[in-house]
Amino acid sequence: MSGRTFAQKVLSRASGTEAEVGDTVVATVDLAMSHENAALVSRIFHEIGAPAVWDPEKIVLVFDHRIPASTISAAEGHKTVREFAEKKGIINFYRHGEGICHQVLPEKGHVRPGALIVGSDSHTSTYGAFGAFATGIGATEMAAVWATGELWFRVPETLRIINEGVLPPYTMSKDLMLRIIGDIGADGANYRCVEYVGEAVDEMTISSRMVLCNMAIEMGAKAGVCFPDQKTRDYLAARSVSLDGELFSDEDAEMSHCELDVSDLVPLVAAPHSVDNVCSASSLSDMTVDQAVLGSCTNGRLEDLHAAASLLDGKSISPSVRLIVVPASKEVYRMAMEDGTLATLADAGGIVVNPGCGPCLGAHQGLLASGERAIATTNRNFRGRMGSPEAEIYLASPLTVAASALRGRITDPRELMS
Amino acid sequence: MIEGRIWKYGDHVNTDLIIPGRYLDNYDVPTLAEHAMEDIDPLFVSKVRRGDILVAGRNFGCGSSREQAPLVLKEKGVGAIVAVSFARIFYRNAINIGLPVVVADLTSLDEGDVLSIDLSRGLLRSASGWESSFRPLPPQLLELLEKGGLVSSLRERFKH
Repeated sequence: MSGRTFAQKVLSRASGTEAEVGDTVVATVDLAMSHENAALVSRIFHEIGAPAVWDPEKIVLVFDHRIPASTISAAEGHKTVREFAEKKGIINFYRHGEGICHQVLPEKGHVRPGALIVGSDSHTSTYGAFGAFATGIGATEMAAVWATGELWFRVPETLRIINEGVLPPYTMSKDLMLRIIGDIGADGANYRCVEYVGEAVDEMTISSRMVLCNMAIEMGAKAGVCFPDQKTRDYLAARSVSLDGELFSDEDAEMSHCELDVSDLVPLVAAPHSVDNVCSASSLSDMTVDQAVLGSCTNGRLEDLHAAASLLDGKSISPSVRLIVVPASKEVYRMAMEDGTLATLADAGGIVVNPGCGPCLGAHQGLLASGERAIATTNRNFRGRMGSPEAEIYLASPLTVAASALRGRITDPRELMS
Repeated sequence: MIEGRIWKYGDHVNTDLIIPGRYLDNYDVPTLAEHAMEDIDPLFVSKVRRGDILVAGRNFGCGSSREQAPLVLKEKGVGAIVAVSFARIFYRNAINIGLPVVVADLTSLDEGDVLSIDLSRGLLRSASGWESSFRPLPPQLLELLEKGGLVSSLRERFKH
Protein backbone atom coordinates (compact mmCIF):
# COMPACT_ATOMS: atom_id res chain seq x y z
CA MET A 1 0.00 0.00 0.00
CA SER A 2 1.38 3.38 -0.96
CA GLY A 3 1.61 6.21 1.51
CA ARG A 4 -1.17 8.62 2.31
CA THR A 5 -1.41 12.34 1.80
CA PHE A 6 -2.13 14.96 4.44
CA ALA A 7 -5.55 15.64 2.87
CA GLN A 8 -6.37 11.93 2.96
CA LYS A 9 -5.34 11.62 6.57
CA VAL A 10 -7.36 14.60 7.80
CA LEU A 11 -10.49 13.65 5.86
CA SER A 12 -10.14 9.99 6.89
CA ARG A 13 -9.92 10.92 10.55
CA ALA A 14 -12.84 13.35 10.31
CA SER A 15 -15.05 10.86 8.46
CA GLY A 16 -14.03 7.71 10.31
CA THR A 17 -13.06 6.01 7.04
CA GLU A 18 -9.89 5.03 5.17
CA ALA A 19 -10.52 7.52 2.40
CA GLU A 20 -8.83 7.22 -0.98
CA VAL A 21 -8.09 10.19 -3.21
CA GLY A 22 -11.20 10.90 -5.28
CA ASP A 23 -13.62 9.39 -2.73
CA THR A 24 -16.49 11.51 -1.48
CA VAL A 25 -16.77 11.32 2.31
CA VAL A 26 -19.10 12.82 4.87
CA ALA A 27 -16.88 14.34 7.55
CA THR A 28 -17.52 16.04 10.89
CA VAL A 29 -15.81 19.41 10.97
CA ASP A 30 -13.77 20.62 13.93
CA LEU A 31 -14.45 24.33 13.51
CA ALA A 32 -16.85 26.46 11.45
CA MET A 33 -16.10 30.15 10.86
CA SER A 34 -18.38 32.81 9.43
CA HIS A 35 -18.11 36.58 9.15
CA GLU A 36 -20.89 39.03 8.29
CA ASN A 37 -22.40 36.53 5.88
CA ALA A 38 -23.58 34.70 9.01
CA ALA A 39 -26.67 36.89 8.47
CA LEU A 40 -27.39 34.94 5.30
CA VAL A 41 -26.33 31.65 6.90
CA SER A 42 -28.69 32.20 9.86
CA ARG A 43 -31.60 32.79 7.50
CA ILE A 44 -30.87 29.51 5.68
CA PHE A 45 -30.39 27.78 9.05
CA HIS A 46 -33.95 28.80 10.01
CA GLU A 47 -35.25 27.44 6.70
CA ILE A 48 -33.66 24.08 7.47
CA GLY A 49 -35.66 23.91 10.67
CA ALA A 50 -32.98 22.47 12.98
CA PRO A 51 -33.91 23.01 16.64
CA ALA A 52 -30.40 24.05 17.74
CA VAL A 53 -26.87 24.46 16.37
CA TRP A 54 -24.82 21.28 16.45
CA ASP A 55 -22.13 22.59 18.77
CA PRO A 56 -22.11 26.29 19.76
CA GLU A 57 -18.47 26.06 20.90
CA LYS A 58 -17.25 24.98 17.47
CA ILE A 59 -18.81 27.92 15.68
CA VAL A 60 -16.77 31.12 15.49
CA LEU A 61 -18.21 34.41 14.26
CA VAL A 62 -16.18 37.48 13.35
CA PHE A 63 -17.31 40.87 12.05
CA ASP A 64 -14.59 42.10 9.72
CA HIS A 65 -15.96 42.98 6.28
CA ARG A 66 -17.94 46.08 7.25
CA ILE A 67 -16.89 47.03 10.77
CA PRO A 68 -17.98 49.51 12.07
CA ALA A 69 -21.12 49.20 9.94
CA SER A 70 -20.66 51.11 6.68
CA THR A 71 -24.33 51.24 5.65
CA ILE A 72 -27.73 50.79 7.27
CA SER A 73 -28.03 47.39 5.55
CA ALA A 74 -24.69 46.34 7.04
CA ALA A 75 -25.88 47.47 10.48
CA GLU A 76 -29.08 45.43 10.08
CA GLY A 77 -26.98 42.41 9.11
CA HIS A 78 -24.80 42.82 12.22
CA LYS A 79 -27.94 43.04 14.36
CA THR A 80 -29.33 39.82 12.85
CA VAL A 81 -26.08 37.99 13.64
CA ARG A 82 -25.84 39.38 17.19
CA GLU A 83 -29.38 38.22 17.94
CA PHE A 84 -28.71 34.80 16.43
CA ALA A 85 -25.47 34.34 18.42
CA GLU A 86 -27.20 35.34 21.63
CA LYS A 87 -30.12 32.97 21.05
CA LYS A 88 -27.94 30.00 20.06
CA GLY A 89 -25.32 30.50 22.74
CA ILE A 90 -22.39 31.12 20.36
CA ILE A 91 -19.71 32.50 22.64
CA ASN A 92 -16.77 32.67 20.21
CA PHE A 93 -18.07 35.88 18.72
CA TYR A 94 -15.63 38.66 17.80
CA ARG A 95 -17.81 41.63 17.02
CA HIS A 96 -15.94 44.69 18.19
CA GLY A 97 -13.23 45.12 15.59
CA GLU A 98 -10.88 42.37 16.82
CA GLY A 99 -9.74 42.05 13.23
CA ILE A 100 -9.95 39.92 10.12
CA CYS A 101 -11.30 36.43 10.74
CA HIS A 102 -8.24 34.74 9.23
CA GLN A 103 -5.95 36.61 11.60
CA VAL A 104 -8.20 36.51 14.66
CA LEU A 105 -8.84 32.75 14.65
CA PRO A 106 -5.17 31.75 14.95
CA GLU A 107 -4.45 34.59 17.41
CA LYS A 108 -7.28 33.50 19.69
CA GLY A 109 -6.16 29.88 19.64
CA HIS A 110 -8.98 28.39 17.55
CA VAL A 111 -6.72 26.84 14.90
CA ARG A 112 -4.87 23.61 15.60
CA PRO A 113 -2.80 21.30 13.39
CA GLY A 114 -4.65 18.42 11.76
CA ALA A 115 -8.06 20.05 12.28
CA LEU A 116 -10.73 20.11 9.58
CA ILE A 117 -11.88 23.72 9.41
CA VAL A 118 -14.53 25.23 7.16
CA GLY A 119 -15.31 28.90 6.73
CA SER A 120 -17.87 30.76 4.66
CA ASP A 121 -15.04 32.75 3.14
CA SER A 122 -12.73 31.67 0.36
CA HIS A 123 -9.55 32.70 2.19
CA THR A 124 -10.25 30.16 4.94
CA SER A 125 -7.32 28.28 3.39
CA THR A 126 -5.07 30.61 5.44
CA TYR A 127 -5.28 28.26 8.47
CA GLY A 128 -3.25 25.73 6.50
CA ALA A 129 -0.21 27.72 7.66
CA PHE A 130 -0.71 25.95 11.02
CA GLY A 131 -1.07 22.48 9.54
CA ALA A 132 -4.88 22.50 9.49
CA PHE A 133 -6.94 21.38 6.50
CA ALA A 134 -9.03 24.48 5.96
CA THR A 135 -11.34 25.28 3.10
CA GLY A 136 -13.94 27.83 2.03
CA ILE A 137 -17.59 26.89 1.65
CA GLY A 138 -20.84 28.67 0.80
CA ALA A 139 -23.63 29.93 3.01
CA THR A 140 -26.02 27.02 2.45
CA GLU A 141 -23.29 24.53 3.27
CA MET A 142 -22.44 26.51 6.38
CA ALA A 143 -26.08 26.42 7.46
CA ALA A 144 -25.95 22.64 6.99
CA VAL A 145 -22.79 22.50 9.12
CA TRP A 146 -24.42 24.60 11.85
CA ALA A 147 -27.34 22.17 11.82
CA THR A 148 -25.46 18.87 11.60
CA GLY A 149 -21.72 19.43 12.01
CA GLU A 150 -21.22 17.45 8.82
CA LEU A 151 -20.43 18.11 5.20
CA TRP A 152 -19.46 16.10 2.13
CA PHE A 153 -15.92 16.45 0.82
CA ARG A 154 -14.20 14.97 -2.18
CA VAL A 155 -10.74 13.85 -1.09
CA PRO A 156 -8.53 16.06 -3.26
CA GLU A 157 -5.42 15.25 -5.24
CA THR A 158 -2.27 16.86 -3.88
CA LEU A 159 0.20 19.22 -5.52
CA ARG A 160 3.46 19.65 -3.64
CA ILE A 161 5.38 22.84 -4.43
CA ILE A 162 9.03 22.53 -3.45
CA ASN A 163 10.57 25.97 -2.91
CA GLU A 164 14.35 25.68 -2.86
CA GLY A 165 16.78 28.47 -2.08
CA VAL A 166 16.52 31.59 0.02
CA LEU A 167 14.41 34.65 -0.78
CA PRO A 168 16.65 37.49 -2.01
CA PRO A 169 16.64 40.83 -0.16
CA TYR A 170 13.59 43.01 -0.81
CA THR A 171 11.45 40.07 -1.89
CA MET A 172 8.76 38.60 0.33
CA SER A 173 6.52 35.54 0.43
CA LYS A 174 3.97 37.59 -1.52
CA ASP A 175 6.41 37.78 -4.45
CA LEU A 176 6.91 34.03 -4.25
CA MET A 177 3.15 33.44 -4.24
CA LEU A 178 2.59 35.74 -7.21
CA ARG A 179 5.31 33.88 -9.08
CA ILE A 180 3.67 30.52 -8.35
CA ILE A 181 0.25 31.75 -9.47
CA GLY A 182 1.75 33.40 -12.53
CA ASP A 183 3.46 30.12 -13.41
CA ILE A 184 0.58 27.70 -12.93
CA GLY A 185 -2.39 29.99 -13.59
CA ALA A 186 -5.55 31.10 -11.81
CA ASP A 187 -6.97 27.57 -12.11
CA GLY A 188 -3.65 25.74 -11.97
CA ALA A 189 -4.42 24.03 -8.66
CA ASN A 190 -8.19 23.63 -9.09
CA TYR A 191 -9.77 21.29 -6.52
CA ARG A 192 -6.35 20.26 -5.16
CA CYS A 193 -4.60 20.45 -1.81
CA VAL A 194 -1.35 22.38 -2.22
CA GLU A 195 1.57 21.55 0.07
CA TYR A 196 4.30 24.18 0.34
CA VAL A 197 7.65 22.71 1.33
CA GLY A 198 11.35 23.38 0.88
CA GLU A 199 14.09 25.53 2.30
CA ALA A 200 12.37 28.84 1.51
CA VAL A 201 9.25 27.77 3.42
CA ASP A 202 11.29 26.35 6.33
CA GLU A 203 13.02 29.72 6.65
CA MET A 204 9.79 31.70 6.58
CA THR A 205 7.98 33.20 9.54
CA ILE A 206 4.47 32.00 10.33
CA SER A 207 3.12 35.31 8.94
CA SER A 208 4.88 34.71 5.62
CA ARG A 209 3.56 31.15 5.43
CA MET A 210 0.05 32.51 5.99
CA VAL A 211 0.44 34.48 2.73
CA LEU A 212 1.10 31.26 0.78
CA CYS A 213 -1.87 29.40 2.25
CA ASN A 214 -4.13 32.45 2.03
CA MET A 215 -3.61 32.82 -1.71
CA ALA A 216 -3.86 29.10 -2.52
CA ILE A 217 -7.47 29.82 -3.45
CA GLU A 218 -6.24 32.28 -6.11
CA MET A 219 -5.03 29.30 -8.11
CA GLY A 220 -8.21 27.35 -7.38
CA ALA A 221 -6.90 25.13 -4.58
CA LYS A 222 -9.22 23.53 -2.07
CA ALA A 223 -6.64 23.95 0.67
CA GLY A 224 -3.04 25.00 1.14
CA VAL A 225 -0.76 23.73 3.87
CA CYS A 226 2.65 24.38 5.43
CA PHE A 227 3.57 21.55 7.77
CA PRO A 228 4.14 22.30 11.46
CA ASP A 229 7.67 22.84 12.74
CA GLN A 230 9.14 24.46 15.85
CA LYS A 231 7.95 27.92 14.76
CA THR A 232 4.39 26.65 14.44
CA ARG A 233 4.61 24.93 17.80
CA ASP A 234 5.96 28.05 19.50
CA TYR A 235 3.18 30.18 18.02
CA LEU A 236 0.48 27.73 19.07
CA ALA A 237 1.94 26.97 22.50
CA ALA A 238 1.84 30.70 23.29
CA ARG A 239 -1.89 30.48 22.62
CA SER A 240 -2.41 27.27 24.62
CA VAL A 241 -3.33 25.25 21.54
CA SER A 242 -3.00 21.47 21.67
CA LEU A 243 -0.28 20.12 19.38
CA ASP A 244 -1.54 16.53 19.43
CA GLY A 245 -3.19 16.43 16.05
CA GLU A 246 -0.23 17.11 13.73
CA LEU A 247 -0.51 15.23 10.42
CA PHE A 248 1.99 14.99 7.56
CA SER A 249 1.94 13.39 4.12
CA ASP A 250 3.86 10.13 3.89
CA GLU A 251 7.00 10.45 1.79
CA ASP A 252 5.77 7.79 -0.65
CA ALA A 253 2.26 9.25 -1.01
CA GLU A 254 1.09 9.76 -4.57
CA MET A 255 1.01 13.41 -5.62
CA SER A 256 2.22 15.80 -8.30
CA HIS A 257 5.30 17.87 -7.70
CA CYS A 258 6.51 21.21 -8.90
CA GLU A 259 9.94 22.55 -8.04
CA LEU A 260 11.19 26.07 -8.11
CA ASP A 261 14.30 27.93 -7.10
CA VAL A 262 13.44 31.15 -5.29
CA SER A 263 16.96 32.57 -5.26
CA ASP A 264 16.40 34.57 -8.46
CA LEU A 265 13.03 35.94 -7.36
CA VAL A 266 12.40 39.64 -8.02
CA PRO A 267 9.63 41.95 -6.71
CA LEU A 268 6.50 41.07 -8.69
CA VAL A 269 3.13 42.61 -9.42
CA ALA A 270 -0.16 41.06 -10.57
CA ALA A 271 -1.66 43.42 -13.14
CA PRO A 272 -5.40 43.84 -13.85
CA HIS A 273 -7.71 42.03 -13.94
CA SER A 274 -6.52 38.58 -12.88
CA VAL A 275 -4.11 37.35 -10.23
CA ASP A 276 -2.10 35.25 -12.69
CA ASN A 277 -1.28 38.29 -14.86
CA VAL A 278 2.14 38.62 -13.23
CA CYS A 279 5.11 40.75 -14.24
CA SER A 280 8.10 42.37 -12.54
CA ALA A 281 7.53 45.59 -10.60
CA SER A 282 10.38 47.22 -12.50
CA SER A 283 8.61 46.67 -15.84
CA LEU A 284 5.71 48.87 -14.71
CA SER A 285 7.68 51.89 -13.53
CA ASP A 286 5.77 54.27 -15.81
CA MET A 287 2.49 53.54 -14.02
CA THR A 288 1.37 56.26 -11.62
CA VAL A 289 -0.76 55.23 -8.66
CA ASP A 290 -3.60 57.06 -6.89
CA GLN A 291 -3.98 54.74 -3.93
CA ALA A 292 -1.78 52.31 -2.06
CA VAL A 293 -3.33 49.77 0.32
CA LEU A 294 -1.33 48.05 3.05
CA GLY A 295 -3.40 45.42 4.81
CA SER A 296 -5.83 42.47 4.35
CA CYS A 297 -5.80 38.83 5.43
CA THR A 298 -2.93 38.41 2.98
CA ASN A 299 -0.53 41.14 4.15
CA GLY A 300 -1.78 43.10 7.16
CA ARG A 301 0.43 41.52 9.83
CA LEU A 302 3.15 43.09 11.93
CA GLU A 303 5.98 41.99 9.62
CA ASP A 304 4.14 43.58 6.69
CA LEU A 305 3.71 46.89 8.52
CA HIS A 306 7.36 46.71 9.60
CA ALA A 307 8.46 46.12 6.01
CA ALA A 308 6.55 49.17 4.79
CA ALA A 309 7.74 51.29 7.71
CA SER A 310 11.36 50.35 6.98
CA LEU A 311 11.07 52.18 3.64
CA LEU A 312 8.87 55.05 4.83
CA ASP A 313 10.63 55.93 8.09
CA GLY A 314 11.30 59.67 8.17
CA LYS A 315 10.00 60.16 4.62
CA SER A 316 6.77 61.44 3.06
CA ILE A 317 4.77 59.55 0.49
CA SER A 318 4.00 61.19 -2.84
CA PRO A 319 1.37 63.92 -2.39
CA SER A 320 -0.71 62.37 -5.19
CA VAL A 321 -1.10 59.05 -3.34
CA ARG A 322 -3.55 58.00 -0.63
CA LEU A 323 -1.89 55.32 1.50
CA ILE A 324 -4.42 53.30 3.49
CA VAL A 325 -3.04 51.21 6.32
CA VAL A 326 -5.27 48.46 7.73
CA PRO A 327 -3.71 46.30 10.47
CA ALA A 328 -5.08 42.76 10.22
CA SER A 329 -6.14 42.60 13.86
CA LYS A 330 -6.33 44.49 17.10
CA GLU A 331 -3.34 42.47 18.34
CA VAL A 332 -1.32 43.61 15.30
CA TYR A 333 -2.64 47.16 15.71
CA ARG A 334 -1.61 47.26 19.35
CA MET A 335 1.90 45.91 18.72
CA ALA A 336 2.39 48.31 15.80
CA MET A 337 1.18 51.16 17.97
CA GLU A 338 3.47 50.26 20.85
CA ASP A 339 6.61 49.87 18.74
CA GLY A 340 5.98 53.12 16.85
CA THR A 341 5.24 51.55 13.46
CA LEU A 342 1.82 53.14 13.16
CA ALA A 343 3.31 56.55 14.01
CA THR A 344 5.95 56.06 11.29
CA LEU A 345 3.31 55.13 8.70
CA ALA A 346 0.97 57.96 9.74
CA ASP A 347 3.82 60.50 9.76
CA ALA A 348 4.78 59.42 6.26
CA GLY A 349 1.25 60.32 5.16
CA GLY A 350 -0.66 57.09 5.69
CA ILE A 351 -4.30 56.93 6.76
CA VAL A 352 -4.46 54.31 9.50
CA VAL A 353 -7.91 52.75 9.77
CA ASN A 354 -9.31 50.18 12.19
CA PRO A 355 -8.51 46.46 11.80
CA GLY A 356 -10.70 44.66 9.29
CA CYS A 357 -10.95 43.83 5.60
CA GLY A 358 -10.91 47.52 4.72
CA PRO A 359 -11.18 48.37 1.03
CA CYS A 360 -10.03 44.93 -0.21
CA LEU A 361 -13.49 43.86 -1.31
CA GLY A 362 -14.83 47.29 -2.17
CA ALA A 363 -17.03 47.61 0.90
CA HIS A 364 -15.67 50.81 2.44
CA GLN A 365 -12.57 52.67 3.73
CA GLY A 366 -11.08 53.71 0.42
CA LEU A 367 -12.92 52.90 -2.79
CA LEU A 368 -11.56 53.80 -6.21
CA ALA A 369 -13.03 56.23 -8.72
CA SER A 370 -13.17 55.48 -12.45
CA GLY A 371 -9.79 55.79 -14.13
CA GLU A 372 -7.90 55.45 -10.84
CA ARG A 373 -5.14 52.97 -10.18
CA ALA A 374 -4.33 51.25 -6.90
CA ILE A 375 -1.42 49.12 -5.78
CA ALA A 376 -2.41 46.86 -2.92
CA THR A 377 -1.08 44.09 -0.73
CA THR A 378 -4.49 42.41 -1.02
CA ASN A 379 -5.30 39.19 -2.86
CA ARG A 380 -7.63 39.98 -5.76
CA ASN A 381 -7.36 42.45 -8.60
CA PHE A 382 -10.66 41.58 -10.24
CA ARG A 383 -12.43 44.30 -12.17
CA GLY A 384 -14.66 46.30 -9.81
CA ARG A 385 -13.24 44.62 -6.71
CA MET A 386 -12.16 47.82 -4.96
CA GLY A 387 -14.76 50.28 -6.23
CA SER A 388 -15.38 51.49 -9.76
CA PRO A 389 -15.22 48.80 -12.48
CA GLU A 390 -13.25 51.40 -14.45
CA ALA A 391 -10.42 51.39 -11.87
CA GLU A 392 -7.30 49.23 -11.95
CA ILE A 393 -5.83 47.17 -9.10
CA TYR A 394 -2.24 45.93 -9.01
CA LEU A 395 -1.25 43.40 -6.36
CA ALA A 396 2.19 43.42 -4.74
CA SER A 397 4.18 42.89 -1.56
CA PRO A 398 4.18 45.38 1.34
CA LEU A 399 7.67 46.54 0.30
CA THR A 400 6.60 47.19 -3.29
CA VAL A 401 3.42 48.96 -2.15
CA ALA A 402 5.40 51.19 0.23
CA ALA A 403 8.01 51.99 -2.42
CA SER A 404 5.24 52.82 -4.90
CA ALA A 405 3.47 55.09 -2.39
CA LEU A 406 6.75 56.91 -1.87
CA ARG A 407 7.45 57.49 -5.57
CA GLY A 408 3.84 57.90 -6.72
CA ARG A 409 4.38 55.22 -9.37
CA ILE A 410 4.86 51.47 -9.35
CA THR A 411 8.34 50.99 -7.95
CA ASP A 412 10.65 48.04 -7.46
CA PRO A 413 11.66 48.42 -3.78
CA ARG A 414 15.27 47.53 -4.64
CA GLU A 415 15.55 50.99 -6.22
CA LEU A 416 15.33 52.39 -2.69
CA MET A 417 18.08 50.18 -1.29
CA SER A 418 20.37 52.20 0.87
CA MET B 1 -34.88 18.35 -19.32
CA ILE B 2 -33.57 21.92 -19.37
CA GLU B 3 -33.97 24.03 -22.49
CA GLY B 4 -33.00 27.63 -23.11
CA ARG B 5 -31.16 30.22 -25.17
CA ILE B 6 -27.46 30.46 -24.51
CA TRP B 7 -25.46 33.50 -23.48
CA LYS B 8 -21.71 33.18 -23.85
CA TYR B 9 -18.89 34.36 -21.59
CA GLY B 10 -15.13 33.80 -21.55
CA ASP B 11 -12.62 32.27 -19.13
CA HIS B 12 -12.24 33.12 -15.41
CA VAL B 13 -15.60 34.85 -14.93
CA ASN B 14 -15.10 35.65 -11.24
CA THR B 15 -17.61 36.14 -8.45
CA ASP B 16 -16.90 39.89 -8.27
CA LEU B 17 -18.07 40.13 -11.88
CA ILE B 18 -21.15 38.01 -11.18
CA ILE B 19 -22.11 40.10 -8.15
CA PRO B 20 -19.79 42.92 -7.01
CA GLY B 21 -18.84 43.08 -3.32
CA ARG B 22 -20.02 46.68 -3.10
CA TYR B 23 -23.65 45.47 -3.06
CA LEU B 24 -23.24 42.63 -0.58
CA ASP B 25 -24.31 44.56 2.51
CA ASN B 26 -27.82 43.77 1.27
CA TYR B 27 -29.02 40.19 1.77
CA ASP B 28 -32.24 40.55 -0.23
CA VAL B 29 -31.59 38.37 -3.28
CA PRO B 30 -34.17 39.93 -5.68
CA THR B 31 -32.66 43.39 -4.98
CA LEU B 32 -29.11 42.09 -5.39
CA ALA B 33 -30.02 40.24 -8.56
CA GLU B 34 -30.65 43.55 -10.34
CA HIS B 35 -26.83 43.92 -10.31
CA ALA B 36 -26.05 40.44 -11.64
CA MET B 37 -23.16 40.45 -14.11
CA GLU B 38 -23.24 44.26 -14.37
CA ASP B 39 -19.47 44.76 -14.50
CA ILE B 40 -19.03 42.25 -17.33
CA ASP B 41 -22.34 42.56 -19.18
CA PRO B 42 -24.46 45.58 -18.20
CA LEU B 43 -27.32 44.37 -20.43
CA PHE B 44 -27.53 40.97 -18.74
CA VAL B 45 -30.49 41.62 -16.43
CA SER B 46 -32.55 43.15 -19.22
CA LYS B 47 -31.89 40.42 -21.77
CA VAL B 48 -31.88 37.21 -19.71
CA ARG B 49 -35.11 35.20 -19.68
CA ARG B 50 -36.28 32.34 -17.49
CA GLY B 51 -34.60 29.12 -18.54
CA ASP B 52 -31.67 30.72 -20.37
CA ILE B 53 -28.33 28.92 -20.15
CA LEU B 54 -24.91 30.47 -19.56
CA VAL B 55 -22.02 28.99 -21.55
CA ALA B 56 -18.51 29.86 -20.40
CA GLY B 57 -14.87 28.89 -20.67
CA ARG B 58 -12.48 27.85 -17.91
CA ASN B 59 -12.74 28.43 -14.17
CA PHE B 60 -16.24 29.91 -14.05
CA GLY B 61 -17.05 31.41 -10.63
CA CYS B 62 -13.49 31.79 -9.37
CA GLY B 63 -12.77 34.02 -6.38
CA SER B 64 -15.00 34.58 -3.39
CA SER B 65 -17.12 31.96 -1.63
CA ARG B 66 -20.12 34.28 -1.89
CA GLU B 67 -23.19 32.18 -2.52
CA GLN B 68 -24.93 35.29 -3.75
CA ALA B 69 -23.14 34.63 -7.08
CA PRO B 70 -25.14 31.53 -8.08
CA LEU B 71 -28.18 32.89 -6.17
CA VAL B 72 -28.48 36.03 -8.31
CA LEU B 73 -28.09 34.03 -11.52
CA LYS B 74 -30.81 31.63 -10.41
CA GLU B 75 -32.98 34.55 -9.34
CA LYS B 76 -32.70 36.09 -12.80
CA GLY B 77 -33.95 32.83 -14.27
CA VAL B 78 -30.74 31.13 -15.39
CA GLY B 79 -31.65 27.46 -15.85
CA ALA B 80 -28.13 26.02 -16.01
CA ILE B 81 -24.49 26.93 -16.49
CA VAL B 82 -22.26 24.96 -18.85
CA ALA B 83 -18.54 25.70 -18.54
CA VAL B 84 -15.26 24.11 -19.56
CA SER B 85 -14.40 24.09 -15.84
CA PHE B 86 -15.70 25.61 -12.62
CA ALA B 87 -14.05 27.00 -9.51
CA ARG B 88 -14.85 24.53 -6.75
CA ILE B 89 -16.72 26.71 -4.25
CA PHE B 90 -19.00 28.10 -6.96
CA TYR B 91 -19.63 24.59 -8.24
CA ARG B 92 -20.65 23.34 -4.79
CA ASN B 93 -22.75 26.43 -4.08
CA ALA B 94 -24.64 26.09 -7.35
CA ILE B 95 -25.56 22.47 -6.66
CA ASN B 96 -26.46 23.25 -3.06
CA ILE B 97 -28.93 25.98 -4.11
CA GLY B 98 -30.35 23.81 -6.89
CA LEU B 99 -28.77 25.49 -9.94
CA PRO B 100 -27.56 22.84 -12.42
CA VAL B 101 -23.91 23.05 -13.51
CA VAL B 102 -22.46 21.03 -16.36
CA VAL B 103 -18.80 20.59 -17.23
CA ALA B 104 -18.53 20.64 -21.02
CA ASP B 105 -16.89 22.74 -23.73
CA LEU B 106 -19.66 24.48 -25.68
CA THR B 107 -17.60 27.53 -26.52
CA SER B 108 -17.95 26.80 -30.25
CA LEU B 109 -21.73 27.29 -30.12
CA ASP B 110 -23.23 30.61 -31.16
CA GLU B 111 -24.90 32.96 -28.75
CA GLY B 112 -28.68 32.79 -29.02
CA ASP B 113 -28.67 29.14 -30.09
CA VAL B 114 -31.13 27.04 -28.11
CA LEU B 115 -29.64 24.25 -26.02
CA SER B 116 -31.31 21.33 -24.30
CA ILE B 117 -29.65 19.49 -21.42
CA ASP B 118 -30.57 16.07 -20.08
CA LEU B 119 -28.87 16.08 -16.68
CA SER B 120 -29.44 12.47 -15.72
CA ARG B 121 -28.41 10.99 -19.07
CA GLY B 122 -25.64 13.49 -19.70
CA LEU B 123 -26.80 14.68 -23.11
CA LEU B 124 -26.51 18.08 -24.76
CA ARG B 125 -28.31 19.02 -27.96
CA SER B 126 -28.60 22.36 -29.72
CA ALA B 127 -31.40 23.56 -32.01
CA SER B 128 -28.75 24.10 -34.68
CA GLY B 129 -28.16 20.34 -34.76
CA TRP B 130 -25.04 19.97 -32.56
CA GLU B 131 -24.90 17.09 -30.06
CA SER B 132 -22.56 16.07 -27.30
CA SER B 133 -22.46 14.18 -24.04
CA PHE B 134 -21.01 14.73 -20.58
CA ARG B 135 -20.50 12.69 -17.46
CA PRO B 136 -23.63 13.10 -15.33
CA LEU B 137 -23.33 14.12 -11.68
CA PRO B 138 -23.21 11.28 -9.13
CA PRO B 139 -26.74 10.08 -8.18
CA GLN B 140 -26.72 11.70 -4.73
CA LEU B 141 -25.96 15.14 -6.21
CA LEU B 142 -28.57 14.70 -8.97
CA GLU B 143 -31.04 13.88 -6.24
CA LEU B 144 -30.00 17.04 -4.38
CA LEU B 145 -30.65 19.11 -7.52
CA GLU B 146 -34.03 17.43 -8.06
CA LYS B 147 -35.05 18.26 -4.51
CA GLY B 148 -34.17 21.90 -5.16
CA GLY B 149 -30.93 21.92 -3.18
CA LEU B 150 -29.44 21.16 0.21
CA VAL B 151 -31.98 23.11 2.27
CA SER B 152 -34.97 21.14 0.98
CA SER B 153 -33.07 17.93 1.50
CA LEU B 154 -32.14 18.80 5.11
CA ARG B 155 -35.62 20.08 5.89
CA GLU B 156 -36.90 16.55 5.35
CA ARG B 157 -34.32 15.24 7.80
CA PHE B 158 -35.34 17.69 10.55
CA LYS B 159 -39.07 17.19 10.01
CA HIS B 160 -38.90 13.85 11.80
